[in-house]
Amino acid sequence: MMMSKNDTFLSVRDLVVEYTAEGQVIHAVNGVSFDLERGKTFGLVGETGAGKTSTARAILRILPDPPAKIRGGEIILDGEDLLKISEKEMRKIRGRKVSMIFQDPMTALNPIMKVGEQISEVIKMHNDIPWREANERAVKMLERVGIPGDRSEEYPHQFSGGMKQRVVIAMALACSPELLLADEPTTALDVTIQAQVLEMINKLKKDFNTSMIMISHNLGVVAEVCDDLAVIYAGEIVELGSKEAVFDHPAHPYTLGLFGAVPSLAEEKDRLNPISGLPPDPSHLPEGCHFNPRCPYAQEQCLKEKIPLREIGPGHFCRCIRVTEKEGKYVILG
Amino acid sequence: MSSLVEVKNLKKYFETPRGMLHAVDDVSFSIEKGKTMGIVGESGCGKSTLGRVIIHLLDSTGGSIYFEGEDITEVNSRKLRKLRENMKIIFQDPFSSLNPRMTVEQTITEPLTISGRYSKKQRQEEADRIMAMVGIDQRLRVSYPHELDGGRRQRVGIGRALALNPKFIVCDEPVSALDVSISAQVLNLLQDLQDELGLTYMFVTHDLSVVRHISDDICVMYLGQLVETSPSKELFKHPLHPYTQALISAVPTIDIHHQKERILLEGEITSPIHPKPGCRFAKRCNYMCKECLQPQHLEEILPNHFVVCCRVREINSL
Repeated sequence: MMMSKNDTFLSVRDLVVEYTAEGQVIHAVNGVSFDLERGKTFGLVGETGAGKTSTARAILRILPDPPAKIRGGEIILDGEDLLKISEKEMRKIRGRKVSMIFQDPMTALNPIMKVGEQISEVIKMHNDIPWREANERAVKMLERVGIPGDRSEEYPHQFSGGMKQRVVIAMALACSPELLLADEPTTALDVTIQAQVLEMINKLKKDFNTSMIMISHNLGVVAEVCDDLAVIYAGEIVELGSKEAVFDHPAHPYTLGLFGAVPSLAEEKDRLNPISGLPPDPSHLPEGCHFNPRCPYAQEQCLKEKIPLREIGPGHFCRCIRVTEKEGKYVILG
Repeated sequence: MSSLVEVKNLKKYFETPRGMLHAVDDVSFSIEKGKTMGIVGESGCGKSTLGRVIIHLLDSTGGSIYFEGEDITEVNSRKLRKLRENMKIIFQDPFSSLNPRMTVEQTITEPLTISGRYSKKQRQEEADRIMAMVGIDQRLRVSYPHELDGGRRQRVGIGRALALNPKFIVCDEPVSALDVSISAQVLNLLQDLQDELGLTYMFVTHDLSVVRHISDDICVMYLGQLVETSPSKELFKHPLHPYTQALISAVPTIDIHHQKERILLEGEITSPIHPKPGCRFAKRCNYMCKECLQPQHLEEILPNHFVVCCRVREINSL
């Protein structure tokens, strides 16, 4: 469907994730497809419940089952479909080839285990080395993320939020993963600490040539770290392209809505332009385009037909039938 | 210039097992009638405590608070009840700040019931009026909080604050728990209500883009101390305090072609328990000198632009 370049490292194809709760089916991820090149960072942007985290967890196969089920699709990492391999093989991949930074550093760490031990545990699991060596590596890893090595003997509660997130990052990077899934890694942090952590992630990513998926609701964070991104709404990608394509020429009405709704540091806006209405109930998604009840441009066809993702510019995809190009700009003709 | 709320040398200390925590230390500013004062800072800087002390949800440790020119630092409970009709608060978390066993109508009209001045019919009429004003559909009148989404709950919280027609509302991170598309709706609502009712806001937030958008004036706080205050536009155009400069530079921007110069701060916020005299930011500051360890004072550096920093002129070559 899109940019199948040679250097594709991860390819997610038509991923479908559903949750079952009280007899109702919740459609969390509805056919998400994207490619990630080696060493690049791909951003997944969307609001609460859009399916960002479910997508990332599906890649690692750590969705809680029940209630979650991967109903279809392929997750091809380095030529291997992760959905087809056994749990035993998957366990070798987790933490080694693919690892994840969770949003909340307060709950991602074991409160009754020293932080050094938590890191060496990962190292020991994937490397046939004595504990002593694993511990030494853990201490080095802590120093890598800017924590003095002698703090490896401390417990999580002795660290501040930003420091805890560094520990989580050290743990995720301990076995030099090739793919890092960062799920809102800085959302729980203050902005000056966020800046430190983003800077560090960027540096480590370069040093280790790690590919990354960055999940965030914050357009600014995505703008700073991603090469390509997808905007996701109600479990579907509504717009996808390079950072330049999407930030310079946003096309989908939802993407435009997101930009209009954020107050800016740089420019004066008298009033914000919120997107009207609310995100849909994922157990009863509207027919046709899932965004149609909130879309100012919706017409007959949008209410009935399933709207495909189509290429509107080189490598720039948009799930909207009303967007057309006019004089180098994307517009919706009235 | 008539100020509605003014605080002078306000202090709030908490006793903790580890010692005295200086949550708000010697903060002075005033809020003009009909304007919005933004209080911005990172977690633990005392911004929420400040709001709570002003409206007497917490007792102050020192300093004074004035409302409409009157000293309200020490008031008896009868006077306080009267005052509270004019000073309200909207909380951050619309999930925990509403009573789960009260309907929308009960929540909004509770202040009226407590005042004892409204008949049942009047209360119903007020509920109608307020619900229309904050954009809650009539059919949700008898709904309970768990039946509402975050945005609607926050509207109920705003509605409750509007009952009894207050003059002053402390908005404590009112949109932080909401998604961007919903948060924009709530911010617009707050602005409309201000225009319509002439409300005065104190808007507490950690989000610089939001505070810039909504505020007329801004106070920047760090570890219980006020570090800089000025009109909003001026502050973002000419941030003078090293902390404000770092804070503004740290905000990720969506402008992908002009990545700004970032001032990275070393270290993290230190403990507010038994703080040493002097500037509390000094340890993370790139300009720290010996003098910074002496007590600092708020000084008008540019017209209407106050900064607490002994090296501010030198740093900004003023």
